Amino acid sequence: MAYKTLTKAIMIAGLALGVSAAASAADKKLMMGASTSMLANNCQGCHGTNGASVGPASPTIAGLSKDYFIEVMEGFADGEVKSTIMGRIAKGYNKKEIEQLADHYAGLPFVKAIQTFDPSQVKKGAKLHDKYCEKCHAEGGNSAEDDAGVLAGQWTQWVKWSMDDFQAGHREAPKKMNKKVKKMLSKEGSAGIDALLNYYASQQK
Amino acid sequence: MKITRRGFIQTAGAATAVGMVGVPFIAKGAGKKVVVVGGGTGGATAAKYLRLADPSLDVTLIEPNKEYYTCYLSNEVLSGDRSIASIRFGYDGLRKHGVKVVHEMATGIDANARKVMTSGGRSFSYDRCVVAPGIDFRWDTIEGYDANVAKKIPHAWKAGNQTRTLRSQLISMRDGGTVVIASPPNPFRCPPGPYERASQIAMYLQREKPKSKVIILDHKPKFSKQGLFKAAWTKLYGFGTDNAIIEWHGQQEEAGVVAVDAGTRTATTAFGDEIKADVLNVVPAQKAGKIAHQAGLTNDKGWCPIDLGTFESKMHAGIHVIGDASIATGMPKSGYSANSQAKVCAAAVVAMLNGQEPGSPSYINTCYSIAGKDYAFSVAAVYRLAEDRSKITAVSAGLTPGDASPEQLAREVQYAYSWYENITSDIFK
Repeated sequence: MAYKTLTKAIMIAGLALGVSAAASAADKKLMMGASTSMLANNCQGCHGTNGASVGPASPTIAGLSKDYFIEVMEGFADGEVKSTIMGRIAKGYNKKEIEQLADHYAGLPFVKAIQTFDPSQVKKGAKLHDKYCEKCHAEGGNSAEDDAGVLAGQWTQWVKWSMDDFQAGHREAPKKMNKKVKKMLSKEGSAGIDALLNYYASQQK
Repeated sequence: MKITRRGFIQTAGAATAVGMVGVPFIAKGAGKKVVVVGGGTGGATAAKYLRLADPSLDVTLIEPNKEYYTCYLSNEVLSGDRSIASIRFGYDGLRKHGVKVVHEMATGIDANARKVMTSGGRSFSYDRCVVAPGIDFRWDTIEGYDANVAKKIPHAWKAGNQTRTLRSQLISMRDGGTVVIASPPNPFRCPPGPYERASQIAMYLQREKPKSKVIILDHKPKFSKQGLFKAAWTKLYGFGTDNAIIEWHGQQEEAGVVAVDAGTRTATTAFGDEIKADVLNVVPAQKAGKIAHQAGLTNDKGWCPIDLGTFESKMHAGIHVIGDASIATGMPKSGYSANSQAKVCAAAVVAMLNGQEPGSPSYINTCYSIAGKDYAFSVAAVYRLAEDRSKITAVSAGLTPGDASPEQLAREVQYAYSWYENITSDIFK
């Protein structure tokens, strides 16, 4: 599911340059080259110690695929991925640092959220997942392979908002995903999304 | 009335552009002792992250209270949206990380002998000491106001019993009453705090006592997130109209409170106006916490000069000062700043104890303000240290945009709660 485009990579390079140039022009030279743990510590006030969020809305960032992590961080920085504060924060890291962070969190375990869900929706959600989502979000949404986001055990509020943003066009979905989501919605309506969310939230082990 | 400017910070920062101060990095090997003084946001984070970074370290945390109440989100306790129990934390989590927690008051630090003395008559020797004393009040800046009066006229700028007192006064207040918040001059803990507090109290009054209002009397001509607060107040609380639930009076009107009559709950402004309150909340001017003064870590303004990369004191080598008490030039005095500084400091302490040069620091701050139901906004910044160590410099920073949609503002409330759950877990668990 590699959906990084050349244009985007070029934009990011320009953006990173722009930011560092602005900072050094205004405030002399800065000490760069912070260690990975130093950088990662900055994430943990919102995303939990070792990237395992205790919720209820900010997502767990441990155990994601490296490419997915980079893709989303770059998306925040250039505004292609809608956010509240991440756009402001992502611009504070250059390409190399984002890679360091992506590597670091990809190597840590994804800890599943303990959260409430509607058990009556789970079976339907599992079925819909198999039909529309499993191809990329493999193993019931557990796998980070293929650079897909981990869905099983992710905080529901965040997955829901992400789906809202995809549907509203605030975040570009990969073509295949667009197709599948549209198909699912035309058959199941938003109840389908609810069922899926409950299925993902039900996976807590 | 004099305008208090923040010039002293720049002066203090510019005065010493020296590089690393202090002790040469001779220590090496396991079993080094670190004593952390103060178990608030900065101190508790430092204790945990010292042990995470180097499990061979012997880390002792000295904190008189068995429970800590976070200042952040305590304004929601005032409106009734949150219980006081939800902002209370203990120290068992730190014990699980191998931190020795001593519930005594630190009474002095001997920088030469490298030991911390406590109220229990004990002394704790250290190889390096981290001091996180938070703030203390300049009682002498408001006539008629002191620690004793504060039991009745709360500041509620340290959470816990003070928060309870203010909340119960708001509950007892008649409909049609006036709440007065005396807002402090710069610099002080939590710059957006007084304005979030006014918002939360206004939300409560609107719901329960709609004829009442909140008046902010401010020493400052402007304040943190001013545009966002005023927009929220206009939208939610009739700000600027005859029916406003919130009024703000600033330095332009010489509205800062200089005297308090506790008997009649009357505040007197610098201009000489007397405002009678039904509930009076006085937040005085501030300085570093008491132990910082006792240990000689403060400058003539009452705050602690430090090296901005290691947080080592410029007054005493071997002692580091983090959080609100420190002069962390470029960063606000916020909970997330203290948490971030503690991690930078812990990494530097571990490096120095192992005979290594501390690495390049990186810092962060995010601060949410919840102005009403489904209505929050934030400021966020990532920082690096200037190469000449003169300033912690924002490399990206920004506020919630002024044209943010209701949907975004509602999301920020949920992210504020997420920040709270995660940072308190990052500190205490």
